[in-house]
Amino acid sequence: MSEEKQQVSRRQFLNYTLTGVGGFMAAGMLAPMLRMAVDPVLKEEKHGGLINVGLAVEDITNEPQRVDWKIDQVDGWYESQVSRSAWVFKDDNGDIQAFSPICKHLGCVVSWEGSDQYPNQFYCPCHDGRYYKDGTNVPGTPPLAPLDVYEQEVKDGMLFLGEPQLREEA
Amino acid sequence: MLQKMYDWIDDRIDITPIWRDIADHEVPEHVNPAHHFSAFVYCFGGLTFFVVVIQILSGMFLTMYYVPDIENAWKSVYYLQTEVAHGQIVRGMHHWGASVVIVMLLLHTLRVFFQGAYKKPRELNWMVGVLIFFIMLGLGFTGYLLPWDNKAYFATQVGLEIAEQVPFIGGDLKTLLAGDPNIVGAQTLTRFFAIHVFFLPGALFALLAVHFILIRRQGISGPL
Repeated sequence: MSEEKQQVSRRQFLNYTLTGVGGFMAAGMLAPMLRMAVDPVLKEEKHGGLINVGLAVEDITNEPQRVDWKIDQVDGWYESQVSRSAWVFKDDNGDIQAFSPICKHLGCVVSWEGSDQYPNQFYCPCHDGRYYKDGTNVPGTPPLAPLDVYEQEVKDGMLFLGEPQLREEA
Repeated sequence: MLQKMYDWIDDRIDITPIWRDIADHEVPEHVNPAHHFSAFVYCFGGLTFFVVVIQILSGMFLTMYYVPDIENAWKSVYYLQTEVAHGQIVRGMHHWGASVVIVMLLLHTLRVFFQGAYKKPRELNWMVGVLIFFIMLGLGFTGYLLPWDNKAYFATQVGLEIAEQVPFIGGDLKTLLAGDPNIVGAQTLTRFFAIHVFFLPGALFALLAVHFILIRRQGISGPL
Protein backbone atom coordinates (compact mmCIF):
# COMPACT_ATOMS: atom_id res chain seq x y z
CA MET A 1 0.00 0.00 0.00
CA SER A 2 1.35 3.39 -0.91
CA GLU A 3 1.50 6.24 1.57
CA GLU A 4 -0.49 8.56 -0.70
CA LYS A 5 -4.06 9.40 0.15
CA GLN A 6 -6.27 6.87 -1.50
CA GLN A 7 -8.90 8.48 -3.68
CA VAL A 8 -10.95 5.35 -4.06
CA SER A 9 -10.78 2.63 -1.43
CA ARG A 10 -10.84 -1.00 -2.43
CA ARG A 11 -14.30 -1.36 -0.89
CA GLN A 12 -15.61 1.63 -2.82
CA PHE A 13 -14.09 0.37 -6.04
CA LEU A 14 -15.77 -3.01 -5.64
CA ASN A 15 -19.06 -1.37 -4.77
CA TYR A 16 -18.97 0.82 -7.85
CA THR A 17 -17.96 -2.06 -10.08
CA LEU A 18 -20.66 -4.37 -8.78
CA THR A 19 -23.30 -1.66 -9.05
CA GLY A 20 -22.20 -0.88 -12.57
CA VAL A 21 -22.18 -4.49 -13.69
CA GLY A 22 -25.51 -5.14 -11.96
CA GLY A 23 -27.06 -2.07 -13.55
CA PHE A 24 -25.76 -3.10 -16.94
CA MET A 25 -27.22 -6.57 -16.56
CA ALA A 26 -30.58 -5.21 -15.39
CA ALA A 27 -30.70 -2.77 -18.31
CA GLY A 28 -29.74 -5.53 -20.71
CA MET A 29 -32.65 -7.61 -19.50
CA LEU A 30 -35.23 -4.86 -19.29
CA ALA A 31 -34.48 -2.89 -22.46
CA PRO A 32 -35.68 -5.52 -24.95
CA MET A 33 -38.76 -6.20 -22.84
CA LEU A 34 -39.78 -2.56 -22.67
CA ARG A 35 -39.02 -1.98 -26.33
CA MET A 36 -41.27 -4.92 -27.16
CA ALA A 37 -44.08 -3.51 -25.04
CA VAL A 38 -44.03 -0.04 -26.64
CA ASP A 39 -43.59 -1.31 -30.19
CA PRO A 40 -47.17 -0.48 -31.31
CA VAL A 41 -46.63 3.16 -30.35
CA LEU A 42 -43.41 3.47 -32.32
CA LYS A 43 -44.47 1.49 -35.37
CA GLU A 44 -45.13 3.54 -38.48
CA GLU A 45 -48.79 3.62 -39.27
CA LYS A 46 -49.31 1.63 -42.43
CA HIS A 47 -51.26 3.54 -44.99
CA GLY A 48 -53.91 1.51 -46.73
CA GLY A 49 -54.04 3.70 -49.82
CA LEU A 50 -57.13 4.74 -51.71
CA ILE A 51 -59.68 2.11 -52.61
CA ASN A 52 -62.30 1.97 -55.35
CA VAL A 53 -65.62 2.16 -53.55
CA GLY A 54 -67.61 1.09 -56.60
CA LEU A 55 -69.36 4.39 -57.23
CA ALA A 56 -69.13 6.19 -60.58
CA VAL A 57 -68.67 9.93 -60.37
CA GLU A 58 -71.61 10.49 -62.69
CA ASP A 59 -73.88 8.71 -60.21
CA ILE A 60 -73.02 11.16 -57.44
CA THR A 61 -75.85 13.64 -56.97
CA ASN A 62 -76.54 16.59 -54.74
CA GLU A 63 -78.36 14.23 -52.40
CA PRO A 64 -75.98 12.46 -49.98
CA GLN A 65 -75.95 8.72 -50.58
CA ARG A 66 -74.47 6.06 -48.41
CA VAL A 67 -71.62 4.03 -49.91
CA ASP A 68 -70.35 0.81 -48.35
CA TRP A 69 -67.14 -0.93 -49.32
CA LYS A 70 -64.64 -3.38 -47.86
CA ILE A 71 -61.02 -2.87 -46.93
CA ASP A 72 -58.36 -5.42 -46.03
CA GLN A 73 -57.47 -4.81 -42.42
CA VAL A 74 -54.23 -6.09 -40.93
CA ASP A 75 -54.29 -6.39 -37.15
CA GLY A 76 -50.88 -7.79 -36.22
CA TRP A 77 -51.04 -11.43 -37.31
CA TYR A 78 -54.78 -11.30 -38.03
CA GLU A 79 -55.99 -10.25 -41.46
CA SER A 80 -59.63 -9.67 -42.20
CA GLN A 81 -62.04 -7.73 -44.36
CA VAL A 82 -63.95 -4.98 -42.62
CA SER A 83 -66.59 -2.69 -44.03
CA ARG A 84 -66.34 1.07 -44.33
CA SER A 85 -69.11 3.53 -45.07
CA ALA A 86 -69.31 7.10 -46.29
CA TRP A 87 -71.93 9.70 -47.15
CA VAL A 88 -71.10 10.98 -50.64
CA PHE A 89 -72.58 13.91 -52.59
CA LYS A 90 -71.69 16.89 -54.74
CA ASP A 91 -71.77 20.22 -52.96
CA ASP A 92 -72.98 23.49 -54.50
CA ASN A 93 -69.60 24.05 -56.20
CA GLY A 94 -69.83 20.65 -57.83
CA ASP A 95 -67.03 19.26 -55.62
CA ILE A 96 -67.39 15.72 -54.33
CA GLN A 97 -67.77 15.42 -50.56
CA ALA A 98 -67.29 12.12 -48.71
CA PHE A 99 -68.04 12.21 -44.98
CA SER A 100 -67.40 9.53 -42.41
CA PRO A 101 -70.67 8.46 -40.78
CA ILE A 102 -69.04 8.12 -37.36
CA CYS A 103 -70.63 10.63 -35.00
CA LYS A 104 -68.10 12.93 -33.34
CA HIS A 105 -69.95 12.66 -30.05
CA LEU A 106 -69.61 9.01 -29.01
CA GLY A 107 -69.07 7.15 -32.26
CA CYS A 108 -72.54 6.06 -33.33
CA VAL A 109 -73.47 6.06 -37.01
CA VAL A 110 -75.19 9.10 -38.47
CA SER A 111 -77.51 9.08 -41.47
CA TRP A 112 -78.66 11.76 -43.87
CA GLU A 113 -82.13 12.93 -42.91
CA GLY A 114 -82.17 10.16 -40.31
CA SER A 115 -84.97 11.96 -38.49
CA ASP A 116 -88.13 13.32 -40.08
CA GLN A 117 -87.92 16.32 -37.78
CA TYR A 118 -84.61 17.52 -39.20
CA PRO A 119 -84.66 17.57 -43.00
CA ASN A 120 -81.43 18.48 -44.78
CA GLN A 121 -79.28 17.40 -41.86
CA PHE A 122 -77.21 14.41 -40.81
CA TYR A 123 -78.78 12.87 -37.73
CA CYS A 124 -77.37 10.58 -35.05
CA PRO A 125 -80.05 8.50 -33.30
CA CYS A 126 -78.06 7.88 -30.11
CA HIS A 127 -78.20 11.35 -28.56
CA ASP A 128 -79.90 13.47 -31.23
CA GLY A 129 -76.61 14.76 -32.60
CA ARG A 130 -77.04 16.76 -35.82
CA TYR A 131 -74.81 18.09 -38.61
CA TYR A 132 -75.53 20.48 -41.48
CA LYS A 133 -75.12 19.24 -45.03
CA ASP A 134 -71.54 20.56 -45.14
CA GLY A 135 -70.72 18.25 -42.20
CA THR A 136 -70.38 20.91 -39.52
CA ASN A 137 -72.06 20.10 -36.25
CA VAL A 138 -75.22 21.96 -35.32
CA PRO A 139 -74.42 24.09 -32.25
CA GLY A 140 -76.29 22.99 -29.15
CA THR A 141 -76.36 19.31 -30.15
CA PRO A 142 -73.95 16.80 -28.56
CA PRO A 143 -71.20 16.61 -31.23
CA LEU A 144 -68.30 19.01 -30.68
CA ALA A 145 -66.64 18.71 -34.10
CA PRO A 146 -67.64 18.35 -37.76
CA LEU A 147 -67.79 14.93 -39.38
CA ASP A 148 -64.48 13.48 -40.58
CA VAL A 149 -63.75 13.72 -44.30
CA TYR A 150 -62.36 10.85 -46.36
CA GLU A 151 -59.27 11.33 -48.48
CA GLN A 152 -60.55 11.05 -52.02
CA GLU A 153 -59.46 10.73 -55.60
CA VAL A 154 -61.27 10.26 -58.91
CA LYS A 155 -59.73 7.78 -61.34
CA ASP A 156 -61.31 6.56 -64.58
CA GLY A 157 -64.61 8.10 -63.54
CA MET A 158 -64.72 6.09 -60.30
CA LEU A 159 -64.50 7.36 -56.72
CA PHE A 160 -61.57 6.18 -54.60
CA LEU A 161 -61.59 6.78 -50.82
CA GLY A 162 -58.83 6.42 -48.22
CA GLU A 163 -58.69 7.17 -44.51
CA PRO A 164 -61.08 9.53 -42.72
CA GLN A 165 -59.31 12.75 -41.76
CA LEU A 166 -60.07 15.24 -39.01
CA ARG A 167 -61.32 18.53 -40.32
CA GLU A 168 -59.44 21.61 -39.26
CA GLU A 169 -62.16 24.23 -39.36
CA ALA A 170 -64.71 23.80 -36.60
CA MET B 1 -47.71 -36.92 13.76
CA LEU B 2 -48.29 -33.35 12.57
CA GLN B 3 -46.60 -32.07 15.71
CA LYS B 4 -43.62 -34.31 14.96
CA MET B 5 -43.37 -33.02 11.40
CA TYR B 6 -43.59 -29.47 12.65
CA ASP B 7 -40.91 -30.11 15.26
CA TRP B 8 -38.65 -31.75 12.68
CA ILE B 9 -38.84 -28.65 10.50
CA ASP B 10 -38.70 -26.22 13.41
CA ASP B 11 -35.58 -27.97 14.73
CA ARG B 12 -33.76 -27.26 11.53
CA ILE B 13 -34.97 -23.85 10.41
CA ASP B 14 -36.61 -22.31 13.48
CA ILE B 15 -39.89 -21.25 11.93
CA THR B 16 -41.76 -20.47 15.16
CA PRO B 17 -40.57 -16.84 15.37
CA ILE B 18 -41.61 -16.28 11.73
CA TRP B 19 -45.00 -17.75 12.49
CA ARG B 20 -45.31 -15.52 15.58
CA ASP B 21 -44.45 -12.42 13.58
CA ILE B 22 -47.07 -13.18 10.98
CA ALA B 23 -50.01 -14.51 12.92
CA ASP B 24 -49.55 -14.38 16.68
CA HIS B 25 -50.63 -10.96 17.82
CA GLU B 26 -53.41 -9.55 19.94
CA VAL B 27 -56.55 -8.06 18.48
CA PRO B 28 -57.26 -4.88 20.45
CA GLU B 29 -60.60 -4.84 22.23
CA HIS B 30 -62.00 -1.91 20.25
CA VAL B 31 -61.66 -3.79 16.96
CA ASN B 32 -63.11 -7.05 18.23
CA PRO B 33 -66.78 -7.50 17.29
CA ALA B 34 -67.17 -9.92 20.21
CA HIS B 35 -66.71 -6.96 22.58
CA HIS B 36 -68.39 -4.20 20.59
CA PHE B 37 -70.59 -5.35 17.78
CA SER B 38 -70.07 -2.09 15.89
CA ALA B 39 -66.46 -3.15 15.45
CA PHE B 40 -67.60 -5.23 12.47
CA VAL B 41 -66.59 -2.24 10.36
CA TYR B 42 -62.99 -3.32 10.93
CA CYS B 43 -63.70 -6.49 8.93
CA PHE B 44 -63.99 -4.86 5.54
CA GLY B 45 -60.25 -4.75 4.84
CA GLY B 46 -59.92 -8.43 5.66
CA LEU B 47 -63.01 -9.21 3.61
CA THR B 48 -61.51 -7.38 0.65
CA PHE B 49 -58.43 -9.54 0.94
CA PHE B 50 -60.56 -12.67 1.30
CA VAL B 51 -62.39 -11.90 -1.94
CA VAL B 52 -59.08 -11.10 -3.65
CA VAL B 53 -57.87 -14.58 -2.71
CA ILE B 54 -61.04 -16.02 -4.29
CA GLN B 55 -60.37 -13.95 -7.41
CA ILE B 56 -56.81 -15.21 -7.67
CA LEU B 57 -57.76 -18.85 -7.21
CA SER B 58 -60.78 -18.81 -9.52
CA GLY B 59 -58.78 -16.85 -12.11
CA MET B 60 -55.97 -19.41 -12.02
CA PHE B 61 -58.45 -22.18 -12.74
CA LEU B 62 -60.20 -20.20 -15.48
CA THR B 63 -56.95 -19.97 -17.45
CA MET B 64 -57.02 -23.77 -17.78
CA TYR B 65 -59.72 -23.28 -20.41
CA TYR B 66 -59.51 -19.68 -21.57
CA VAL B 67 -57.50 -18.67 -24.66
CA PRO B 68 -56.77 -14.98 -25.38
CA ASP B 69 -57.37 -15.22 -29.12
CA ILE B 70 -60.15 -13.41 -30.97
CA GLU B 71 -61.20 -16.54 -32.86
CA ASN B 72 -61.47 -18.70 -29.77
CA ALA B 73 -61.83 -16.51 -26.68
CA TRP B 74 -65.61 -16.36 -26.72
CA LYS B 75 -65.88 -20.04 -27.65
CA SER B 76 -63.57 -21.08 -24.83
CA VAL B 77 -65.62 -19.10 -22.32
CA TYR B 78 -68.83 -20.56 -23.73
CA TYR B 79 -67.36 -24.04 -23.48
CA LEU B 80 -66.26 -23.67 -19.88
CA GLN B 81 -69.64 -22.16 -19.01
CA THR B 82 -71.73 -24.87 -20.60
CA GLU B 83 -69.67 -28.05 -20.95
CA VAL B 84 -67.26 -28.06 -18.04
CA ALA B 85 -68.51 -29.39 -14.70
CA HIS B 86 -68.72 -26.48 -12.23
CA GLY B 87 -67.22 -24.16 -14.84
CA GLN B 88 -70.25 -21.93 -14.49
CA ILE B 89 -69.67 -21.73 -10.75
CA VAL B 90 -65.98 -20.89 -11.02
CA ARG B 91 -66.57 -18.22 -13.66
CA GLY B 92 -69.50 -16.99 -11.61
CA MET B 93 -67.23 -16.58 -8.61
CA HIS B 94 -64.76 -14.60 -10.69
CA HIS B 95 -67.50 -12.52 -12.34
CA TRP B 96 -69.41 -11.59 -9.18
CA GLY B 97 -66.30 -11.48 -7.03
CA ALA B 98 -64.97 -8.71 -9.25
CA SER B 99 -67.86 -6.51 -8.14
CA VAL B 100 -67.76 -7.66 -4.52
CA VAL B 101 -64.08 -6.69 -4.30
CA ILE B 102 -64.92 -3.13 -5.31
CA VAL B 103 -67.83 -2.97 -2.82
CA MET B 104 -65.69 -4.26 0.06
CA LEU B 105 -62.83 -1.99 -0.91
CA LEU B 106 -65.11 1.05 -0.87
CA LEU B 107 -66.60 0.07 2.52
CA HIS B 108 -63.06 -0.37 3.89
CA THR B 109 -62.11 3.04 2.48
CA LEU B 110 -65.20 4.65 4.03
CA ARG B 111 -64.37 3.17 7.44
CA VAL B 112 -60.79 4.44 7.28
CA PHE B 113 -61.98 7.83 6.06
CA PHE B 114 -64.73 8.44 8.61
CA GLN B 115 -62.63 7.17 11.52
CA GLY B 116 -59.80 9.42 10.42
CA ALA B 117 -57.54 6.37 10.54
CA TYR B 118 -55.53 7.72 7.59
CA LYS B 119 -54.06 10.52 9.72
CA LYS B 120 -50.43 10.73 10.84
CA PRO B 121 -48.53 8.41 11.02
CA ARG B 122 -50.65 6.32 8.62
CA GLU B 123 -50.72 8.64 5.58
CA LEU B 124 -48.39 6.36 3.61
CA ASN B 125 -50.66 3.40 4.05
CA TRP B 126 -53.60 5.46 2.78
CA MET B 127 -51.60 6.28 -0.34
CA VAL B 128 -50.71 2.62 -0.86
CA GLY B 129 -54.40 1.82 -0.43
CA VAL B 130 -55.33 4.32 -3.13
CA LEU B 131 -52.81 2.68 -5.46
CA ILE B 132 -54.39 -0.70 -4.69
CA PHE B 133 -57.75 0.82 -5.60
CA PHE B 134 -56.40 1.93 -8.98
CA ILE B 135 -54.92 -1.53 -9.59
CA MET B 136 -58.34 -3.04 -8.83
CA LEU B 137 -60.01 -0.71 -11.32
CA GLY B 138 -57.39 -1.72 -13.88
CA LEU B 139 -58.07 -5.38 -13.22
CA GLY B 140 -61.78 -4.77 -13.67
CA PHE B 141 -61.25 -2.86 -16.92
CA THR B 142 -58.88 -5.38 -18.50
CA GLY B 143 -60.83 -8.42 -17.31
CA TYR B 144 -64.04 -7.07 -18.80
CA LEU B 145 -62.71 -7.47 -22.35
CA LEU B 146 -61.59 -11.08 -22.04
CA PRO B 147 -64.93 -12.86 -22.79
CA TRP B 148 -64.78 -11.06 -26.14
CA ASP B 149 -68.53 -10.57 -26.50
CA ASN B 150 -70.27 -7.44 -27.74
CA LYS B 151 -70.56 -5.84 -24.32
CA ALA B 152 -66.87 -6.46 -23.64
CA TYR B 153 -65.84 -5.07 -27.02
CA PHE B 154 -67.80 -1.84 -26.84
CA ALA B 155 -67.02 -1.22 -23.19
CA THR B 156 -63.34 -1.44 -24.07
CA GLN B 157 -63.89 0.83 -27.07
CA VAL B 158 -65.35 3.45 -24.73
CA GLY B 159 -62.62 2.91 -22.13
CA LEU B 160 -59.89 3.38 -24.72
CA GLU B 161 -61.56 6.56 -25.96
CA ILE B 162 -61.52 7.86 -22.40
CA ALA B 163 -57.79 7.07 -22.19
CA GLU B 164 -57.35 8.96 -25.45
CA GLN B 165 -58.66 12.13 -23.79
CA VAL B 166 -55.55 12.39 -21.60
CA PRO B 167 -53.74 15.62 -22.62
CA PHE B 168 -50.71 15.26 -24.92
CA ILE B 169 -50.03 11.53 -24.43
CA GLY B 170 -53.62 10.30 -24.89
CA GLY B 171 -53.12 8.95 -28.40
CA ASP B 172 -49.95 7.06 -27.51
CA LEU B 173 -51.51 5.81 -24.29
CA LYS B 174 -54.43 4.36 -26.23
CA THR B 175 -52.07 2.66 -28.69
CA LEU B 176 -49.98 1.29 -25.85
CA LEU B 177 -53.08 -0.22 -24.25
CA ALA B 178 -54.78 -1.45 -27.41
CA GLY B 179 -51.71 -2.52 -29.38
CA ASP B 180 -52.97 -0.63 -32.44
CA PRO B 181 -53.86 3.02 -33.06
CA ASN B 182 -57.29 2.25 -34.57
CA ILE B 183 -58.23 -1.39 -34.12
CA VAL B 184 -59.62 -3.08 -31.03
CA GLY B 185 -58.63 -6.59 -32.05
CA ALA B 186 -56.24 -9.49 -31.75
CA GLN B 187 -53.43 -7.46 -30.24
CA THR B 188 -55.76 -5.71 -27.82
CA LEU B 189 -57.00 -9.02 -26.45
CA THR B 190 -53.53 -10.48 -25.88
CA ARG B 191 -52.38 -7.25 -24.24
CA PHE B 192 -55.35 -7.02 -21.94
CA PHE B 193 -54.89 -10.69 -21.04
CA ALA B 194 -51.22 -10.15 -20.17
CA ILE B 195 -52.03 -7.04 -18.14
CA HIS B 196 -54.94 -8.72 -16.37
CA VAL B 197 -53.18 -11.98 -15.55
CA PHE B 198 -49.54 -11.01 -14.99
CA PHE B 199 -48.76 -7.30 -14.74
CA LEU B 200 -51.54 -6.03 -12.48
CA PRO B 201 -51.60 -9.06 -10.15
CA GLY B 202 -47.82 -8.68 -9.74
CA ALA B 203 -48.23 -5.03 -8.80
CA LEU B 204 -51.17 -5.94 -6.56
CA PHE B 205 -49.13 -8.51 -4.59
CA ALA B 206 -46.33 -6.03 -4.02
CA LEU B 207 -48.71 -3.31 -2.85
CA LEU B 208 -50.67 -5.69 -0.62
CA ALA B 209 -47.41 -6.78 1.01
CA VAL B 210 -46.52 -3.15 1.74
CA HIS B 211 -50.07 -2.48 2.97
CA PHE B 212 -49.93 -5.36 5.46
CA ILE B 213 -46.37 -4.75 6.61
CA LEU B 214 -47.27 -1.14 7.36
CA ILE B 215 -50.29 -2.27 9.39
CA ARG B 216 -48.07 -4.57 11.46
CA ARG B 217 -45.48 -1.88 12.03
CA GLN B 218 -47.95 0.85 12.93
CA GLY B 219 -50.74 -1.17 14.51
CA ILE B 220 -54.44 -0.50 14.14
CA SER B 221 -55.46 3.05 14.92
CA GLY B 222 -56.87 3.61 18.40
CA PRO B 223 -60.55 3.78 19.40
CA LEU B 224 -62.53 6.87 18.48
